[in-house]
Amino acid sequence: MFKQIAGASALMLAMASPVHAVDIAIVAELSGGGAPAGTQYRDGIMLAIEEINASGGILGEKIKVTQHDTQTDPQISKGLVTKAIDDGAYVIMGTVYSSSTIVNMFEAMNAGVPQIVGAEAPNITQKGNPYVFRTAYGAHRGVPSLTGYFRDNLKAKKVAVTWVNNEFGKGGHDVFVAEMKKAGINVIADIPSEAGAADFAADVSRLKSAGADAVFVYLHEEESARFLKEAKKQGLKTPLVGEVTLTGQKVIDLAGDAANGAVAHVGLTAQANVKSIQDFGKKFSAKYGHQTDHNGIKGYIGMWAVKYVTEMNGAFDQKKFADKMHGLCLDVNKHPNMLLTTCWDKDGELARESFMVEVQNGKQVVTTTVAAAK
Amino acid sequence: MEQLIQVILSGLATGSIYALAAIGFTLIWQAAQTVNFAQGEFVMLPAFFVLIGINFLGMPLWLAMLFGLALSVLILGVAFKRILVDPLLSHGGLSLIIATMAVAILMKELVKEFYSAEAQPYPALVPQGAWDLSGVIISLQDISHLIICFVVIVGLTLFLDKTKVGRCMQAAAQNAAVAEILGVNVKRMILYTFVVNAVLATLASFLITPVYLAKFSSGEYLGLIAFIAAIVGGFNQVRGALAGGLLIGVLDNITATYITAEYRQAIPLLLLIAVILFKPEGILGKPEGRAV
Amino acid sequence: MKFTKRNLWLLIGLALLILAPIGQGRYIVYTLTSWLVFSIAAMGLNLTLGYAGQISLAQSAFMAVGAYITALLTLNGIHWIVAMPIAVLSSFVLGLLIGFPALRVKGHFLAFVTLAFTTLVFLVLRNEDWLTGGPYGLSGMPRPDFGLFNTGKNINFYYFTVFIFVIFSLLMYQIVRSPWGRAFKGLRENEIRAESLGVNTRRITLLAFAIGSAAGGLAGSLMTPLVQFIEPGSFALLHSLRILLMVIVGGAGFFFGPVVGAGVVIMLPEVLRFTEGYYLMIYAVTVVVLIIFCPKGLVGLGEIISRKILKRKEVRKDFEQGAKL
Repeated sequence: MFKQIAGASALMLAMASPVHAVDIAIVAELSGGGAPAGTQYRDGIMLAIEEINASGGILGEKIKVTQHDTQTDPQISKGLVTKAIDDGAYVIMGTVYSSSTIVNMFEAMNAGVPQIVGAEAPNITQKGNPYVFRTAYGAHRGVPSLTGYFRDNLKAKKVAVTWVNNEFGKGGHDVFVAEMKKAGINVIADIPSEAGAADFAADVSRLKSAGADAVFVYLHEEESARFLKEAKKQGLKTPLVGEVTLTGQKVIDLAGDAANGAVAHVGLTAQANVKSIQDFGKKFSAKYGHQTDHNGIKGYIGMWAVKYVTEMNGAFDQKKFADKMHGLCLDVNKHPNMLLTTCWDKDGELARESFMVEVQNGKQVVTTTVAAAK
Repeated sequence: MEQLIQVILSGLATGSIYALAAIGFTLIWQAAQTVNFAQGEFVMLPAFFVLIGINFLGMPLWLAMLFGLALSVLILGVAFKRILVDPLLSHGGLSLIIATMAVAILMKELVKEFYSAEAQPYPALVPQGAWDLSGVIISLQDISHLIICFVVIVGLTLFLDKTKVGRCMQAAAQNAAVAEILGVNVKRMILYTFVVNAVLATLASFLITPVYLAKFSSGEYLGLIAFIAAIVGGFNQVRGALAGGLLIGVLDNITATYITAEYRQAIPLLLLIAVILFKPEGILGKPEGRAV
Repeated sequence: MKFTKRNLWLLIGLALLILAPIGQGRYIVYTLTSWLVFSIAAMGLNLTLGYAGQISLAQSAFMAVGAYITALLTLNGIHWIVAMPIAVLSSFVLGLLIGFPALRVKGHFLAFVTLAFTTLVFLVLRNEDWLTGGPYGLSGMPRPDFGLFNTGKNINFYYFTVFIFVIFSLLMYQIVRSPWGRAFKGLRENEIRAESLGVNTRRITLLAFAIGSAAGGLAGSLMTPLVQFIEPGSFALLHSLRILLMVIVGGAGFFFGPVVGAGVVIMLPEVLRFTEGYYLMIYAVTVVVLIIFCPKGLVGLGEIISRKILKRKEVRKDFEQGAKL
């Protein structure tokens, strides 16, 4: 009798869930300009899925994953999110680029499908979408952590900002300028550049003649490397401060010793002297043969968050998933694969401790830890 | 004032690389009446051949460079001509343009898929030093780019004007039918043209990649600039490509420093439109008559 | 309408269009709608390129003009049915303005000028964020509501697009069959001869270019409510090249060539998607093979095959018509 009730309940539960139990769709930039970020994000997720499936899956179900390549094109990414939803995805992992995410997230929102993104532009969590969740905090959380550094450590009175003219760069730029205004620091030079720009001679030249006390650098990794090399070549002496895209391992590899002295505030770095992150880095390199970066970490913890939250709910319910995430804190001691204690607020914005990093002798050295913003 | 000199010098150095890419473009245009939309990728690829030589075949740099050069000549010169140009030349220019666009995509994807999607560090040929001349920083790299470019251009012009092979190549480009009657092996001359282009592109690659970093997408902008330089300068003259490249390099830098950073890319484009509308043969070019 | 074989084929085509999306998921319907929108743009380019022989790389810029004007108007409460004609007219006028100086040059030069124009338009859209939203673009454009028929759902919007497409095709057909159309073809076959026969080549070329641009504007105007989010990147040079590819692959100068071409260019990546990382490579190789072996495009290939199967009158070589690229 009990078996019949159990069997019927299981059947009803299976019929009640409108999606295939654990179809995960990865929609990411696997080709095009965003390929380095997207492929890392994907690799982190796949590593997590391997581990999750090896330990029995989510609620006993193994994860079935499909990968979709957005080609770093926002319209294509929108189409692919629609497709993933049509195919019955439980959760969508991606996209990483803000310019794609801001377009495709409305599809997921309208269909009530949770979306775990790697994007950092502020407006993503400001559009009232209850189904989007970050894996790295937006520029409006990260950049203000630097204000103290500019004002107190560098004692800067006039600063310059060089930034990449796209969704990502503009987001960081606008927040920085607002923060400087609040702190009473003058922004005396504002230098935009193109994504993919190779020639920074003019930019560095302008910075030299501007005579700022410090420069805020908000470019993508490769451009940061080229910028640093040009700055070294022209002998720019001003302190260069940025975010994770300025001091990542990739930038150090490409810029060589031109990267020394750069300082950044990073939300995630594979070089953080936190054991869980170090161990993850080793696991990743062992599996893939190349190093991870902050995008790989984003993918990994995003996927594990899906497992933890779903198991907390005890069911594959997309609405319950979103509701649970709002205001949730996953303590790293109880949920070790999050690597760091992570909290989300009602907009899907993330809060977590972060680090100040300086490049010394070709290595990222964590100088201080910054507590999670409230 | 120092800033202006600095900016002009940097512009000349960058411009000399554009010129190298543009010359090959000009030569192919003359020989095969083709716009090679893959020219940027031709400059991107040899660097990767070298990286393969160093990282996978364990060669020392000088050997890897020779290896890269040999592969480029074979693939970007001979194979490109035989597989793509020969069948399509008779069908008309537009088919070939589309084909070169497709080849560009193919090359980008091959590198991205089989080597890496990320930018790779590339060993510099020239040491990193720089001189400080009262505030103007002149790097060894910039000077060497300029010198190498000049040497190549002078050498190429001498080759084309003074040697028999060079004059045959020019003849084949100017009027293939008559040249053939006069005993020039036109097909072989066209092949030589593509080989010369491959060599020039390889040289540009070796010079520019330490600065731009080796990445599958580094050909896109370079290709566009190369052909703007060729047209602006005058594409029936090798000197034209040099003038065009240097002009664009300097103008681009001056614009970005003093006028506007956001519309920086517009300057070469506006220059292109102005030249085409008012002096279509280019600044240094000779006007061409049109067959009716 | 005469009950000819051709009209039968047209009716079958229409029926297929109507039946296609039934039972398909939202993504497929979205892709089909996208195909029709790009067909309109490609048919416009076909008029300029395939019929009048002018190489234009500016089609995506005209789509951008149509899309942004429609977006700005509909976001401010003006109904699409009013916004669309404004957008199309603007594209037409812009086409005239650009064409006037640009068409003094021929062939490859025109291609370069239009290429530069497209990139310039992209830069303006990207930089003037007070008007265009800059790199963030414009979002939230509403789908037109015609009272009885709301195009909000993907499938409704699809039928709406089919309706517009059919009207557009009829208009195009009238143009091609009219004296203008014959003048365009004369221009393509031998421009100097056409001029000597009294065709005002300057005016006719300008007209072909402007009509092609207007078609681009219409396509852009449809794109805005379809995707409901536009940003400058969707209209960059790459997309002009894609539209050019659609015309060539389908068969330049054939009336429905661009429709076939658009189908291939849009659907082929979908079909190849299962190959994951390799599909762009396969796509590129396919394009090259296609160009080498059927330079007249797929419709041209179809004609060659049908000519072999159904014997037709032999055409004298120098009377043979067709786009010379």
